[in-house]
Amino acid sequence: MSPETSVAKIETRDLDFYYGPSRALKRVSISCHRNRVTAIIGPSGCGKSTFIRTLNRMNDVIPGTRVEGTILLDGKDIHSPDVDVVDLRRRVGMVFQKPNPFPKSVFDNIAYGLRINGMKNKRKLEAVVERSLRGAALWEEVKDRLEDNAFSLSGGQQQRLCIARALAVEPEVILFDEPCSAIDPIATAKVEDLIENLKKSYTVVIVTHNMQQAARVSDYTAFMMLGELVEFDRTEKIFTNPQNKLTEDYITGRFG
Amino acid sequence: MRKNKRRNFREAAIRAFFFTCGILAVLVLLGIFATLLSTAIPAFREIRPSEFLLKTNWDPTSPEKAEYGILSMVVSTLMVTGGALLLAVPIGIGVAAYLSDVAHWRVREILKPVVEILAGIPSVVVGFLGIVLFGPAIAKVFHTGHGLNAANGSVLLAIMALPTIISISEDALSAVPAAYGEASLALGASRWQTLVRVKLPAGLSGIIAAGMLGMGRAIGETMTVLMATGNARSFPHGFLDSVRTMTSGIAIELGEVPYYTTHYYALFAIGLVLFVMTFLVNMAADVVLRKYQEKER
Ligand SMILES: Nc1ncnc2c1ncn2[C@@H]1O[C@H](COP(=O)(O)OP(=O)(O)OP(=O)(O)O)[C@@H](O)[C@H]1O
Ligand SMILES: [Mg+2]
Repeated sequence: MSPETSVAKIETRDLDFYYGPSRALKRVSISCHRNRVTAIIGPSGCGKSTFIRTLNRMNDVIPGTRVEGTILLDGKDIHSPDVDVVDLRRRVGMVFQKPNPFPKSVFDNIAYGLRINGMKNKRKLEAVVERSLRGAALWEEVKDRLEDNAFSLSGGQQQRLCIARALAVEPEVILFDEPCSAIDPIATAKVEDLIENLKKSYTVVIVTHNMQQAARVSDYTAFMMLGELVEFDRTEKIFTNPQNKLTEDYITGRFG
Repeated sequence: MRKNKRRNFREAAIRAFFFTCGILAVLVLLGIFATLLSTAIPAFREIRPSEFLLKTNWDPTSPEKAEYGILSMVVSTLMVTGGALLLAVPIGIGVAAYLSDVAHWRVREILKPVVEILAGIPSVVVGFLGIVLFGPAIAKVFHTGHGLNAANGSVLLAIMALPTIISISEDALSAVPAAYGEASLALGASRWQTLVRVKLPAGLSGIIAAGMLGMGRAIGETMTVLMATGNARSFPHGFLDSVRTMTSGIAIELGEVPYYTTHYYALFAIGLVLFVMTFLVNMAADVVLRKYQEKER
Protein backbone atom coordinates (compact mmCIF):
# COMPACT_ATOMS: atom_id res chain seq x y z
CA MET A 1 0.00 0.00 0.00
CA SER A 2 1.83 3.09 -1.16
CA PRO A 3 0.15 6.39 -1.84
CA GLU A 4 3.23 7.71 -3.62
CA THR A 5 4.61 6.38 -6.86
CA SER A 6 8.34 6.92 -6.23
CA VAL A 7 10.42 4.15 -4.72
CA ALA A 8 10.03 4.02 -0.93
CA LYS A 9 13.00 4.68 1.30
CA ILE A 10 11.83 2.15 3.80
CA GLU A 11 9.02 -0.28 3.26
CA THR A 12 7.43 -3.16 5.14
CA ARG A 13 5.56 -5.98 3.47
CA ASP A 14 3.23 -8.23 5.42
CA LEU A 15 5.17 -7.62 8.57
CA ASP A 16 4.34 -9.92 11.49
CA PHE A 17 5.87 -9.60 14.89
CA TYR A 18 5.71 -11.92 17.87
CA TYR A 19 6.60 -11.44 21.52
CA GLY A 20 6.92 -15.13 22.35
CA PRO A 21 3.54 -16.59 21.43
CA SER A 22 1.66 -13.30 21.29
CA ARG A 23 1.37 -11.59 17.95
CA ALA A 24 1.85 -7.84 18.15
CA LEU A 25 1.86 -6.97 14.43
CA LYS A 26 -0.37 -8.51 11.79
CA ARG A 27 0.59 -8.22 8.15
CA VAL A 28 1.53 -4.57 8.31
CA SER A 29 2.54 -3.03 4.99
CA ILE A 30 3.66 0.59 5.06
CA SER A 31 6.05 2.55 2.92
CA CYS A 32 7.86 5.67 4.03
CA HIS A 33 9.29 8.09 1.52
CA ARG A 34 12.28 10.38 1.29
CA ASN A 35 11.73 13.93 2.46
CA ARG A 36 8.38 13.01 3.89
CA VAL A 37 7.11 12.60 7.42
CA THR A 38 5.09 9.48 8.06
CA ALA A 39 3.03 9.44 11.25
CA ILE A 40 1.86 6.28 13.00
CA ILE A 41 -1.22 6.76 15.18
CA GLY A 42 -3.50 4.42 17.06
CA PRO A 43 -4.73 3.53 20.51
CA SER A 44 -2.33 2.49 23.24
CA GLY A 45 -0.99 -1.01 22.85
CA CYS A 46 -1.82 -1.28 19.14
CA GLY A 47 1.80 -1.94 18.22
CA LYS A 48 3.11 1.48 17.16
CA SER A 49 6.32 1.20 19.15
CA THR A 50 6.73 -2.41 18.14
CA PHE A 51 6.40 -1.42 14.51
CA ILE A 52 8.82 1.48 14.58
CA ARG A 53 11.36 -0.58 16.52
CA THR A 54 11.36 -3.29 13.87
CA LEU A 55 12.59 -0.70 11.36
CA ASN A 56 16.03 -0.46 12.99
CA ARG A 57 15.86 -3.94 14.50
CA MET A 58 15.85 -2.61 18.06
CA ASN A 59 13.52 -5.45 18.96
CA ASP A 60 16.38 -7.87 18.29
CA VAL A 61 17.63 -7.22 21.80
CA ILE A 62 14.38 -8.45 23.39
CA PRO A 63 14.66 -12.20 23.98
CA GLY A 64 12.00 -14.46 22.56
CA THR A 65 10.83 -12.18 19.77
CA ARG A 66 10.35 -13.11 16.13
CA VAL A 67 9.80 -11.18 12.90
CA GLU A 68 8.12 -12.45 9.76
CA GLY A 69 7.62 -10.65 6.50
CA THR A 70 9.93 -8.22 4.79
CA ILE A 71 11.40 -4.83 5.61
CA LEU A 72 13.18 -3.11 2.75
CA LEU A 73 15.59 -0.22 3.14
CA ASP A 74 16.39 1.19 -0.28
CA GLY A 75 14.92 -2.01 -1.67
CA LYS A 76 17.22 -4.29 0.34
CA ASP A 77 15.92 -6.66 2.99
CA ILE A 78 17.28 -5.56 6.37
CA HIS A 79 17.11 -9.11 7.69
CA SER A 80 19.24 -10.59 4.95
CA PRO A 81 22.38 -12.22 6.32
CA ASP A 82 24.78 -9.76 4.71
CA VAL A 83 23.19 -6.78 6.46
CA ASP A 84 25.13 -5.78 9.56
CA VAL A 85 22.67 -4.68 12.24
CA VAL A 86 25.17 -2.17 13.64
CA ASP A 87 25.43 -0.59 10.20
CA LEU A 88 21.65 -0.63 9.81
CA ARG A 89 21.19 1.27 13.05
CA ARG A 90 23.69 3.84 11.94
CA ARG A 91 21.58 4.44 8.84
CA VAL A 92 18.25 4.34 10.68
CA GLY A 93 18.50 6.54 13.76
CA MET A 94 16.04 6.61 16.61
CA VAL A 95 14.78 9.10 19.18
CA PHE A 96 12.96 7.60 22.13
CA GLN A 97 9.86 8.57 24.04
CA LYS A 98 11.68 9.61 27.18
CA PRO A 99 14.80 11.71 26.68
CA ASN A 100 17.68 9.33 27.37
CA PRO A 101 20.98 11.19 27.28
CA PHE A 102 24.04 9.36 28.60
CA PRO A 103 25.36 10.48 31.99
CA LYS A 104 28.11 12.34 30.18
CA SER A 105 28.71 15.92 29.09
CA VAL A 106 26.64 17.53 26.31
CA PHE A 107 29.67 17.33 24.04
CA ASP A 108 30.41 13.69 24.81
CA ASN A 109 26.80 12.72 24.25
CA ILE A 110 26.88 13.99 20.70
CA ALA A 111 30.42 12.87 19.99
CA TYR A 112 29.57 9.34 21.16
CA GLY A 113 28.26 8.06 17.84
CA LEU A 114 31.36 9.35 16.05
CA ARG A 115 33.83 8.12 18.63
CA ILE A 116 32.53 4.58 18.48
CA ASN A 117 33.36 4.78 14.79
CA GLY A 118 36.90 5.71 15.65
CA MET A 119 36.83 9.47 15.02
CA LYS A 120 39.38 11.07 17.33
CA ASN A 121 40.19 14.37 15.66
CA LYS A 122 39.08 17.01 18.15
CA ARG A 123 38.55 19.70 15.54
CA LYS A 124 36.31 17.48 13.42
CA LEU A 125 34.37 16.35 16.47
CA GLU A 126 33.80 19.95 17.48
CA ALA A 127 32.53 20.77 14.02
CA VAL A 128 30.08 17.87 14.00
CA VAL A 129 28.88 18.66 17.51
CA GLU A 130 28.14 22.24 16.52
CA ARG A 131 26.44 21.24 13.28
CA SER A 132 24.30 18.63 15.03
CA LEU A 133 23.29 21.00 17.80
CA ARG A 134 22.36 23.65 15.25
CA GLY A 135 20.42 21.00 13.36
CA ALA A 136 18.48 20.26 16.52
CA ALA A 137 17.94 23.99 17.24
CA LEU A 138 19.82 23.69 20.50
CA TRP A 139 23.14 25.33 19.74
CA GLU A 140 22.30 28.81 20.98
CA GLU A 141 21.04 27.44 24.28
CA VAL A 142 23.95 25.18 25.12
CA LYS A 143 26.98 26.53 23.29
CA ASP A 144 28.47 27.78 26.56
CA ARG A 145 27.72 24.63 28.51
CA LEU A 146 29.10 21.90 26.28
CA GLU A 147 31.08 20.48 29.17
CA ASP A 148 28.11 20.42 31.54
CA ASN A 149 26.44 17.14 32.29
CA ALA A 150 23.53 16.45 29.97
CA PHE A 151 21.27 15.90 32.98
CA SER A 152 21.58 19.56 33.86
CA LEU A 153 19.51 20.45 30.76
CA SER A 154 15.73 20.77 30.88
CA GLY A 155 13.57 17.89 29.63
CA GLY A 156 12.87 19.59 26.32
CA GLN A 157 16.54 20.42 25.86
CA GLN A 158 17.47 16.85 26.67
CA GLN A 159 15.12 15.60 23.99
CA ARG A 160 16.63 17.94 21.41
CA LEU A 161 20.04 16.78 22.59
CA CYS A 162 18.97 13.24 21.82
CA ILE A 163 17.87 14.40 18.38
CA ALA A 164 21.22 16.10 17.88
CA ARG A 165 22.95 12.92 18.99
CA ALA A 166 21.00 10.97 16.39
CA LEU A 167 21.81 13.55 13.70
CA ALA A 168 25.53 13.44 14.44
CA VAL A 169 26.00 10.03 12.85
CA GLU A 170 24.25 11.26 9.69
CA PRO A 171 21.52 8.67 9.40
CA GLU A 172 19.24 8.42 6.38
CA VAL A 173 16.06 7.70 8.29
CA ILE A 174 15.07 9.04 11.71
CA LEU A 175 12.48 7.26 13.81
CA PHE A 176 10.69 9.15 16.56
CA ASP A 177 8.70 7.20 19.15
CA GLU A 178 6.40 9.72 20.82
CA PRO A 179 9.20 12.26 21.12
CA CYS A 180 7.03 14.87 22.78
CA SER A 181 5.11 12.87 25.33
CA ALA A 182 7.51 13.71 28.16
CA ILE A 183 8.06 17.39 27.45
CA ASP A 184 6.06 20.62 27.81
CA PRO A 185 4.05 22.38 25.04
CA ILE A 186 6.72 24.98 24.24
CA ALA A 187 9.38 22.35 23.89
CA THR A 188 6.92 20.32 21.84
CA ALA A 189 6.46 23.20 19.43
CA LYS A 190 10.23 23.41 19.03
CA VAL A 191 10.54 19.71 18.32
CA GLU A 192 7.72 19.92 15.79
CA ASP A 193 9.43 22.77 13.96
CA LEU A 194 12.52 20.69 14.00
CA ILE A 195 10.82 17.69 12.43
CA GLU A 196 9.43 19.97 9.74
CA ASN A 197 13.01 20.99 9.02
CA LEU A 198 14.49 17.53 9.22
CA LYS A 199 12.33 16.23 6.43
CA LYS A 200 14.32 18.38 3.99
CA SER A 201 17.21 15.99 4.40
CA TYR A 202 15.83 12.83 5.97
CA THR A 203 13.08 10.28 5.86
CA VAL A 204 11.11 10.75 9.06
CA VAL A 205 8.79 8.31 10.81
CA ILE A 206 7.01 9.46 13.94
CA VAL A 207 4.78 7.68 16.39
CA THR A 208 2.42 10.01 18.20
CA HIS A 209 -0.58 9.92 20.45
CA ASN A 210 -1.41 13.46 19.61
CA MET A 211 -3.78 13.72 16.65
CA GLN A 212 -3.10 17.42 16.12
CA GLN A 213 0.56 16.71 16.05
CA ALA A 214 0.14 14.06 13.37
CA ALA A 215 -1.99 16.49 11.38
CA ARG A 216 0.55 19.29 11.77
CA VAL A 217 3.82 17.55 11.02
CA SER A 218 3.14 14.59 8.80
CA ASP A 219 2.57 14.05 5.10
CA TYR A 220 1.30 10.51 5.48
CA THR A 221 -0.53 8.91 8.34
CA ALA A 222 -0.94 5.26 9.21
CA PHE A 223 -3.70 4.32 11.60
CA MET A 224 -3.20 1.07 13.48
CA MET A 225 -5.40 -0.96 15.77
CA LEU A 226 -4.73 -4.22 17.59
CA GLY A 227 -1.57 -4.82 15.61
CA GLU A 228 -3.21 -4.27 12.26
CA LEU A 229 -2.87 -1.44 9.80
CA VAL A 230 -6.38 -0.06 9.37
CA GLU A 231 -5.72 2.77 6.97
CA PHE A 232 -2.72 4.43 5.41
CA ASP A 233 -2.97 7.53 3.27
CA ARG A 234 -2.12 11.18 2.86
CA THR A 235 -2.52 12.90 6.19
CA GLU A 236 -5.05 15.35 4.74
CA LYS A 237 -7.15 12.52 3.50
CA ILE A 238 -7.01 10.59 6.77
CA PHE A 239 -8.11 13.62 8.73
CA THR A 240 -10.73 15.00 6.36
CA ASN A 241 -12.08 12.04 4.51
CA PRO A 242 -11.11 8.70 6.08
CA GLN A 243 -12.23 5.63 4.20
CA ASN A 244 -12.59 3.38 7.20
CA LYS A 245 -15.21 3.79 9.89
CA LEU A 246 -12.68 2.85 12.60
CA THR A 247 -10.30 5.58 11.48
CA GLU A 248 -13.07 8.12 11.54
CA ASP A 249 -14.15 7.09 15.01
CA TYR A 250 -10.61 7.30 16.28
CA ILE A 251 -9.69 10.70 14.87
CA THR A 252 -12.97 12.22 15.94
CA GLY A 253 -12.23 10.98 19.41
CA ARG A 254 -15.07 8.52 19.70
CA PHE A 255 -12.67 6.00 21.25
CA GLY A 256 -9.00 5.82 21.99
CA MET B 1 -6.34 15.95 66.69
CA ARG B 2 -5.55 13.07 68.97
CA LYS B 3 -4.68 10.89 66.04
CA ASN B 4 -2.26 13.53 64.87
CA LYS B 5 -0.58 13.63 68.21
CA ARG B 6 -0.18 9.92 68.27
CA ARG B 7 1.34 9.94 64.83
CA ASN B 8 3.77 12.64 65.85
CA PHE B 9 4.80 10.63 68.84
CA ARG B 10 5.38 7.57 66.71
CA GLU B 11 7.43 9.54 64.24
CA ALA B 12 9.57 10.87 67.05
CA ALA B 13 10.01 7.41 68.56
CA ILE B 14 11.06 5.93 65.23
CA ARG B 15 13.49 8.73 64.65
CA ALA B 16 14.99 8.26 68.10
CA PHE B 17 15.34 4.53 67.50
CA PHE B 18 17.29 4.94 64.26
CA PHE B 19 19.37 7.70 65.75
CA THR B 20 20.34 5.42 68.62
CA CYS B 21 21.25 2.62 66.21
CA GLY B 22 23.48 4.96 64.23
CA ILE B 23 25.18 6.31 67.34
CA LEU B 24 25.68 2.78 68.63
CA ALA B 25 27.45 1.69 65.45
CA VAL B 26 29.77 4.67 65.67
CA LEU B 27 30.41 4.03 69.37
CA VAL B 28 31.30 0.39 68.77
CA LEU B 29 33.74 1.40 66.05
CA LEU B 30 35.29 4.05 68.27
CA GLY B 31 35.49 1.52 71.10
CA ILE B 32 37.38 -0.95 68.93
CA PHE B 33 39.73 1.74 67.80
CA ALA B 34 40.30 3.00 71.37
CA THR B 35 41.04 -0.49 72.69
CA LEU B 36 43.43 -1.15 69.86
CA LEU B 37 45.13 2.17 70.38
CA SER B 38 45.49 1.86 74.15
CA THR B 39 46.90 -1.66 73.87
CA ALA B 40 49.22 -0.72 71.04
CA ILE B 41 50.72 2.45 72.46
CA PRO B 42 52.68 0.82 75.32
CA ALA B 43 54.70 -0.98 72.66
CA PHE B 44 56.33 2.28 71.76
CA ARG B 45 57.84 2.73 75.18
CA GLU B 46 60.59 0.41 73.97
CA ILE B 47 60.28 0.46 70.20
CA ARG B 48 60.96 3.50 68.11
CA PRO B 49 57.99 4.02 65.74
CA SER B 50 60.28 4.59 62.77
CA GLU B 51 62.07 1.31 63.46
CA PHE B 52 58.78 -0.45 63.89
CA LEU B 53 57.50 0.70 60.52
CA LEU B 54 60.68 0.75 58.44
CA LYS B 55 62.81 -2.15 59.67
CA THR B 56 62.36 -5.52 58.01
CA ASN B 57 63.48 -7.79 60.84
CA TRP B 58 60.90 -9.19 63.19
CA ASP B 59 62.41 -11.26 65.98
CA PRO B 60 60.88 -10.35 69.34
CA THR B 61 62.08 -13.49 71.09
CA SER B 62 65.73 -13.20 70.12
CA PRO B 63 67.95 -13.83 73.20
CA GLU B 64 70.48 -11.17 72.13
CA LYS B 65 68.46 -8.26 70.83
CA ALA B 66 64.72 -8.30 70.19
CA GLU B 67 63.80 -6.78 66.84
CA TYR B 68 60.43 -5.32 65.95
CA GLY B 69 60.46 -4.31 62.29
CA ILE B 70 57.18 -5.04 60.52
CA LEU B 71 58.01 -3.86 57.01
CA SER B 72 58.34 -7.40 55.68
CA MET B 73 54.88 -8.24 56.94
CA VAL B 74 53.40 -5.03 55.59
CA VAL B 75 54.91 -5.65 52.17
CA SER B 76 53.75 -9.25 52.27
CA THR B 77 50.21 -8.18 53.03
CA LEU B 78 50.27 -5.60 50.24
CA MET B 79 51.67 -8.14 47.79
CA VAL B 80 49.20 -10.88 48.58
CA THR B 81 46.24 -8.49 48.61
CA GLY B 82 47.36 -6.57 45.54
CA GLY B 83 47.95 -9.79 43.64
CA ALA B 84 44.53 -11.02 44.66
CA LEU B 85 42.86 -7.84 43.41
CA LEU B 86 44.84 -7.92 40.18
CA LEU B 87 43.33 -11.34 39.55
CA ALA B 88 39.89 -10.87 41.02
CA VAL B 89 38.85 -7.43 39.74
CA PRO B 90 39.17 -8.05 36.00
CA ILE B 91 37.75 -11.55 36.25
CA GLY B 92 34.97 -10.34 38.54
CA ILE B 93 33.95 -7.51 36.23
CA GLY B 94 34.12 -9.87 33.27
CA VAL B 95 31.84 -12.40 34.91
CA ALA B 96 29.49 -9.65 36.09
CA ALA B 97 29.28 -8.25 32.57
CA TYR B 98 28.64 -11.72 31.22
CA LEU B 99 25.87 -12.32 33.74
CA SER B 100 24.15 -8.98 33.25
CA ASP B 101 24.62 -8.62 29.53
CA VAL B 102 25.24 -11.85 27.72
CA ALA B 103 23.89 -14.75 29.71
CA HIS B 104 20.42 -16.07 29.09
CA TRP B 105 18.22 -15.01 31.98
CA ARG B 106 17.80 -18.60 33.07
CA VAL B 107 21.55 -19.08 33.27
CA ARG B 108 21.75 -15.91 35.33
CA GLU B 109 19.02 -17.06 37.71
CA ILE B 110 21.06 -20.18 38.42
CA LEU B 111 24.58 -18.78 38.39
CA LYS B 112 24.05 -15.76 40.59
CA PRO B 113 22.91 -17.65 43.71
CA VAL B 114 25.68 -20.18 43.15
CA VAL B 115 28.25 -17.41 43.09
CA GLU B 116 26.78 -15.95 46.24
CA ILE B 117 26.93 -19.30 48.01
CA LEU B 118 30.63 -19.48 47.15
CA ALA B 119 31.12 -16.44 49.39
CA GLY B 120 30.17 -18.62 52.36
CA ILE B 121 32.92 -21.22 51.96
CA PRO B 122 34.91 -21.24 55.23
CA SER B 123 38.41 -19.88 54.87
CA VAL B 124 39.93 -23.08 56.29
CA VAL B 125 38.52 -24.97 53.36
CA VAL B 126 39.99 -22.47 50.90
CA GLY B 127 43.33 -22.73 52.70
CA PHE B 128 43.12 -26.49 52.40
CA LEU B 129 42.57 -26.13 48.66
CA GLY B 130 45.70 -24.03 48.58
CA ILE B 131 47.74 -26.74 50.25
CA VAL B 132 46.55 -29.71 48.25
CA LEU B 133 45.68 -28.12 44.90
CA PHE B 134 47.04 -24.69 44.00
CA GLY B 135 50.30 -25.01 45.97
CA PRO B 136 51.45 -28.16 44.18
CA ALA B 137 50.27 -26.72 40.86
CA ILE B 138 52.31 -23.56 41.34
CA ALA B 139 55.30 -25.60 42.46
CA LYS B 140 55.07 -27.68 39.30
CA VAL B 141 54.63 -24.78 36.89
CA PHE B 142 57.38 -22.58 38.32
CA HIS B 143 59.69 -25.40 39.46
CA THR B 144 59.85 -24.25 43.06
CA GLY B 145 60.27 -26.78 45.84
CA HIS B 146 56.85 -26.11 47.29
CA GLY B 147 53.97 -23.84 46.38
CA LEU B 148 53.38 -22.21 49.74
CA ASN B 149 54.09 -18.65 48.69
CA ALA B 150 52.61 -15.21 47.97
CA ALA B 151 51.27 -16.30 44.59
CA ASN B 152 49.32 -19.10 46.20
CA GLY B 153 47.89 -16.68 48.76
CA SER B 154 46.89 -14.25 46.01
CA VAL B 155 45.09 -16.93 44.04
CA LEU B 156 43.18 -18.10 47.10
CA LEU B 157 42.27 -14.61 48.25
CA ALA B 158 41.13 -13.83 44.71
CA ILE B 159 38.83 -16.83 44.89
CA MET B 160 37.48 -15.61 48.19
CA ALA B 161 36.97 -12.04 46.98
CA LEU B 162 35.42 -13.02 43.65
CA PRO B 163 31.87 -13.77 44.82
CA THR B 164 31.58 -10.36 46.46
CA ILE B 165 33.04 -8.57 43.46
CA ILE B 166 30.90 -10.47 40.96
CA SER B 167 27.70 -10.11 42.90
CA ILE B 168 27.99 -6.39 43.62
CA SER B 169 29.32 -5.49 40.16
CA GLU B 170 26.46 -7.41 38.61
CA ASP B 171 23.99 -5.48 40.73
CA ALA B 172 25.66 -2.25 39.66
CA LEU B 173 25.51 -3.15 35.97
CA SER B 174 21.91 -4.34 36.17
CA ALA B 175 20.96 -1.08 37.85
CA VAL B 176 22.18 0.93 34.85
CA PRO B 177 18.98 2.13 33.15
CA ALA B 178 18.11 0.10 30.06
CA ALA B 179 17.54 3.38 28.22
CA TYR B 180 21.31 4.04 28.16
CA GLY B 181 21.98 0.75 26.46
CA GLU B 182 19.16 1.27 23.96
CA ALA B 183 20.40 4.76 23.13
CA SER B 184 23.85 3.40 22.48
CA LEU B 185 22.70 0.49 20.33
CA ALA B 186 20.39 2.77 18.36
CA LEU B 187 23.40 4.89 17.45
CA GLY B 188 25.05 1.89 15.86
CA ALA B 189 27.27 0.85 18.73
CA SER B 190 28.06 -2.83 19.11
CA ARG B 191 27.15 -4.60 22.32
CA TRP B 192 30.79 -4.60 23.35
CA GLN B 193 31.09 -0.85 22.80
CA THR B 194 27.86 -0.32 24.69
CA LEU B 195 29.20 -2.30 27.61
CA VAL B 196 32.61 -0.65 27.75
CA ARG B 197 31.65 2.92 26.93
CA VAL B 198 28.22 3.28 28.49
CA LYS B 199 27.33 0.57 30.97
CA LEU B 200 30.64 0.18 32.78
CA PRO B 201 31.11 3.95 33.28
CA ALA B 202 27.49 4.30 34.39
CA GLY B 203 27.92 1.49 36.90
CA LEU B 204 31.40 2.55 37.97
CA SER B 205 30.51 3.68 41.47
CA GLY B 206 29.06 0.25 42.25
CA ILE B 207 32.00 -1.50 40.64
CA ILE B 208 34.47 0.52 42.71
CA ALA B 209 32.46 -0.37 45.80
CA ALA B 210 32.69 -4.01 44.76
CA GLY B 211 36.46 -3.81 44.43
CA MET B 212 36.68 -2.10 47.81
CA LEU B 213 34.66 -4.74 49.57
CA GLY B 214 36.66 -7.45 47.83
CA MET B 215 39.83 -5.82 49.05
CA GLY B 216 38.43 -5.57 52.57
CA ARG B 217 37.77 -9.28 52.43
CA ALA B 218 41.27 -10.02 51.20
CA ILE B 219 43.39 -7.73 53.37
CA GLY B 220 41.93 -8.95 56.66
CA GLU B 221 41.79 -12.63 55.77
CA THR B 222 43.91 -14.68 58.14
CA MET B 223 43.35 -18.42 58.10
CA THR B 224 43.80 -18.92 54.38
CA VAL B 225 47.07 -17.03 54.12
CA LEU B 226 48.28 -18.61 57.33
CA MET B 227 47.81 -22.04 55.77
CA ALA B 228 48.94 -21.34 52.24
CA THR B 229 51.73 -18.78 52.13
CA GLY B 230 54.53 -20.54 53.99
CA ASN B 231 54.93 -17.95 56.76
CA ALA B 232 58.58 -17.14 56.15
CA ARG B 233 59.67 -14.12 58.13
CA SER B 234 62.17 -12.83 55.58
CA PHE B 235 61.54 -9.91 53.28
CA PRO B 236 59.76 -11.11 50.11
CA HIS B 237 61.45 -10.53 46.77
CA GLY B 238 58.77 -11.89 44.50
CA PHE B 239 55.51 -13.76 44.35
CA LEU B 240 57.29 -17.11 44.53
CA ASP B 241 58.76 -16.33 47.96
CA SER B 242 57.07 -17.58 51.09
CA VAL B 243 55.60 -14.69 53.02
CA ARG B 244 54.10 -13.92 56.39
CA THR B 245 51.35 -11.36 56.27
CA MET B 246 50.42 -9.05 59.12
CA THR B 247 47.34 -11.08 59.93
CA SER B 248 49.10 -14.43 60.04
CA GLY B 249 51.93 -12.86 62.06
CA ILE B 250 49.45 -11.78 64.71
CA ALA B 251 47.58 -15.08 64.63
CA ILE B 252 50.70 -17.20 64.97
CA GLU B 253 52.25 -15.31 67.84
CA LEU B 254 49.35 -14.07 69.89
CA GLY B 255 48.61 -17.53 71.25
CA GLU B 256 52.03 -17.90 72.80
CA VAL B 257 53.13 -14.45 73.77
CA PRO B 258 53.34 -13.61 77.49
CA TYR B 259 50.74 -10.97 78.34
CA TYR B 260 51.69 -7.34 78.92
CA THR B 261 55.12 -7.61 77.42
CA THR B 262 56.45 -5.38 74.67
CA HIS B 263 56.00 -8.26 72.26
CA TYR B 264 52.35 -8.52 73.25
CA TYR B 265 51.78 -4.81 72.79
CA ALA B 266 53.66 -4.86 69.49
CA LEU B 267 51.24 -7.42 68.08
CA PHE B 268 48.41 -5.02 68.83
CA ALA B 269 50.40 -2.29 67.15
CA ILE B 270 50.46 -4.44 64.01
CA GLY B 271 46.70 -4.67 64.28
CA LEU B 272 46.52 -0.91 64.58
CA VAL B 273 48.59 -0.45 61.44
CA LEU B 274 46.32 -2.88 59.59
CA PHE B 275 43.29 -0.96 60.83
CA VAL B 276 44.74 2.31 59.60
CA MET B 277 45.61 0.74 56.24
CA THR B 278 42.08 -0.50 55.62
CA PHE B 279 40.74 2.83 56.80
CA LEU B 280 42.95 4.68 54.31
CA VAL B 281 41.94 2.37 51.49
CA ASN B 282 38.28 2.99 52.22
CA MET B 283 38.84 6.73 52.44
CA ALA B 284 40.66 6.78 49.13
CA ALA B 285 37.90 4.81 47.46
CA ASP B 286 35.37 7.19 48.94
CA VAL B 287 37.20 10.21 47.57
CA VAL B 288 37.41 8.63 44.12
CA LEU B 289 33.73 7.81 44.25
CA ARG B 290 32.70 11.27 45.31
CA LYS B 291 34.80 12.91 42.62
CA TYR B 292 33.26 10.66 40.03
CA GLN B 293 29.72 11.30 41.17
CA GLU B 294 30.30 15.03 41.17
CA LYS B 295 31.36 14.84 37.57
CA GLU B 296 28.25 12.87 36.83
CA ARG B 297 25.94 15.50 38.22
N1 LIG C 1 8.70 -6.45 25.59
C1 LIG C 1 7.45 -6.93 25.40
N2 LIG C 1 7.16 -8.20 25.71
C2 LIG C 1 5.91 -8.69 25.53
N3 LIG C 1 4.90 -7.98 25.00
C3 LIG C 1 5.12 -6.71 24.66
C4 LIG C 1 6.42 -6.11 24.85
N4 LIG C 1 6.35 -4.83 24.42
C5 LIG C 1 5.09 -4.64 24.01
N5 LIG C 1 4.35 -5.76 24.15
C6 LIG C 1 2.93 -5.93 23.78
O1 LIG C 1 2.79 -5.70 22.40
C7 LIG C 1 1.65 -4.91 22.14
C8 LIG C 1 2.02 -3.66 21.40
O2 LIG C 1 2.81 -2.85 22.24
P1 LIG C 1 3.46 -1.48 21.77
O3 LIG C 1 4.36 -1.03 22.84
O4 LIG C 1 4.03 -1.66 20.43
O5 LIG C 1 2.17 -0.54 21.70
P2 LIG C 1 2.09 1.02 21.41
O6 LIG C 1 1.14 1.18 20.29
O7 LIG C 1 3.43 1.60 21.24
O8 LIG C 1 1.42 1.54 22.74
P3 LIG C 1 1.63 2.97 23.46
O9 LIG C 1 0.84 3.94 22.66
O10 LIG C 1 1.02 2.76 24.82
O11 LIG C 1 3.07 3.25 23.50
C9 LIG C 1 0.99 -4.64 23.47
O12 LIG C 1 -0.05 -5.56 23.64
C10 LIG C 1 2.08 -4.89 24.46
O13 LIG C 1 1.55 -5.39 25.67
MG1 LIG D 1 4.63 3.00 22.40
